[in-house]
Amino acid sequence: MILVNGCLFLLLILSALGCSLLGPVPLDFVRAFENIFSPDPSAEILFRTRLPRVLLGVAIGGGMAACGVVLQALLRNPLACPQMLGVSGGASLGGILGLIFFPHWLLPIAGGLLGEISWVPLTAFLGALLSMVLIYRFSLFHGRLHPYHLLLSGVIFNSFIAAVIMFLNSIVDFYQAQGLLFWLMGSLSTRAYLTVGFIWIYIVIGFLWLWTKGLSLNLITLGEEAAMQLGVETGALQRQIFVASSLMIGAMVSVSGMIGFVGLMIPHVMRLIVGSDHRLLLPASFLAGGIFLCWADTLARILLAPAELPVGIITAFFGGPFFLFLLYREGTKKLAL
Amino acid sequence: MNPAIRTNNLTFAYKDKPVLDGVSLSVESGEMVGILGPNGSGKTTLLKVFSAVLTGQGEVKLNGRSIKTYGKRELSRLFAVVPQENPIHFPYTVAEIVLMGRASYHSPLALEGKKDLEVARTSMELTDSLSFSDRYLHELSGGEKQRVIIARALAQEPQILLLDEPSAFLDLKHQVQIFELMRRLNREHDLTIVAALHDLNLAALFFPRLVMLRDGRIYRDGSPKEVLTEETIEEIYGIKVRVEPDASNERPQIFICSPL
Repeated sequence: MILVNGCLFLLLILSALGCSLLGPVPLDFVRAFENIFSPDPSAEILFRTRLPRVLLGVAIGGGMAACGVVLQALLRNPLACPQMLGVSGGASLGGILGLIFFPHWLLPIAGGLLGEISWVPLTAFLGALLSMVLIYRFSLFHGRLHPYHLLLSGVIFNSFIAAVIMFLNSIVDFYQAQGLLFWLMGSLSTRAYLTVGFIWIYIVIGFLWLWTKGLSLNLITLGEEAAMQLGVETGALQRQIFVASSLMIGAMVSVSGMIGFVGLMIPHVMRLIVGSDHRLLLPASFLAGGIFLCWADTLARILLAPAELPVGIITAFFGGPFFLFLLYREGTKKLAL
Repeated sequence: MNPAIRTNNLTFAYKDKPVLDGVSLSVESGEMVGILGPNGSGKTTLLKVFSAVLTGQGEVKLNGRSIKTYGKRELSRLFAVVPQENPIHFPYTVAEIVLMGRASYHSPLALEGKKDLEVARTSMELTDSLSFSDRYLHELSGGEKQRVIIARALAQEPQILLLDEPSAFLDLKHQVQIFELMRRLNREHDLTIVAALHDLNLAALFFPRLVMLRDGRIYRDGSPKEVLTEETIEEIYGIKVRVEPDASNERPQIFICSPL
């Protein structure tokens, strides 16, 4: 099991390197390294354009996959993922409200010495948390979670959020609207290292927090009562998972909009490979999600080069059919409620 | 010595529908008690209150200490529960499921240690589930699955085992196997056993003490001979039966007369 995670880690490093070198503009690797601190087109592209983007992609892919794993476990629903449940939607709405109403509110880091970060991750976090709690409450009847209710609440919540976002989009001015739309489609455009660093911090904190809950996550997949009887304080576990995953989703959505399906596909594939023990499944999914999004984004960059596709389109092309396949398989298996 | 479980005037209601209505019951350590009663009489609820999944009004003491003072981890080392239904949607192997019973013994950050593996192995041996420890739970038959869940409960090394209709979906052979297992665990491993049961005849054969619930109250409490009488059963289930003693005259068996 440690072997699987080790291999995935190695693969992730190689993917990150490979993806940094791949792109519409050919790169001279050696020259880029020689001129790492001096102005040079190769170095500029590799270190200021592609590398931060790849690092961001790894963080977001890994974060989405990890959130997918824990939501599927907590809700005992193999079809759960941040996007399907409307949690990403809630985060988007929070983020948009942040973008529209506090565009100039910046949080100075170390008294402004290290620059400033925006409030958007925070409003997106609140949006994610709020929608997660809402959807959970609405799918709970007599203390039982109904898988189909959960999906249905998510779908309805998503359409509602989409309407609100479209409404907001039509009342803001043209330039803001353009920006919002591109953001919503899900894109990993190049960011400053500072932003990438902060996203990594959010994601690493969230991920480690969730990872410490690995054993409890195993138990909660047996059902809430069974988990309690095996020694889990289920209420506290739920709250912690809601907060930790909202933290990650808020941070991810605030920089890259809604990149869907990573959180759905990767956990399934990894469960087939490493099994359902969350202590191992979580890191494996994180690594695999990073690898997947890294390559998906590279495809997005080079498919229509020099134009660029939003990466959300690529993940949806893979994820949509995959979701239908899962739904079909669950249907034939007759999902035991 | 304090009784393992003692309740005093325990009540519980879902919303405004009372389910338990003043239950005072005492179970000594090492006893084997069967809880009987028609559907909705409060059997399952009583077991859930014992394992602190539900909190009722009134006093529940475990080993002389109020249940409220126990944390979930501590409680799971005292009680193990075999629930009625075990919906498991994720592909776990038998060994993984049984090892989950060890969760409250090792650090949540660590993998299971040598002791945990040993206990899990012994539990699987006791329940005859060791031979398929590598298989996935969802591939097993009902009887095998139930044995795995009991193995998981045993891996908790509990003092008290609570079972909720452990033989509900099993055929006759597997039903008898589960009852024999319960008796063996009680006699040879000193486990206190409290089980909600449907089958009156099997209950009479294997359980020395039966508690009959009706509308959330204790209607009868005693040996099978005292509890399972023609009058009691007609009163509670509304069915005419004939009760005949077995050879020992201790374990009555029930034959249905009406509405035939």
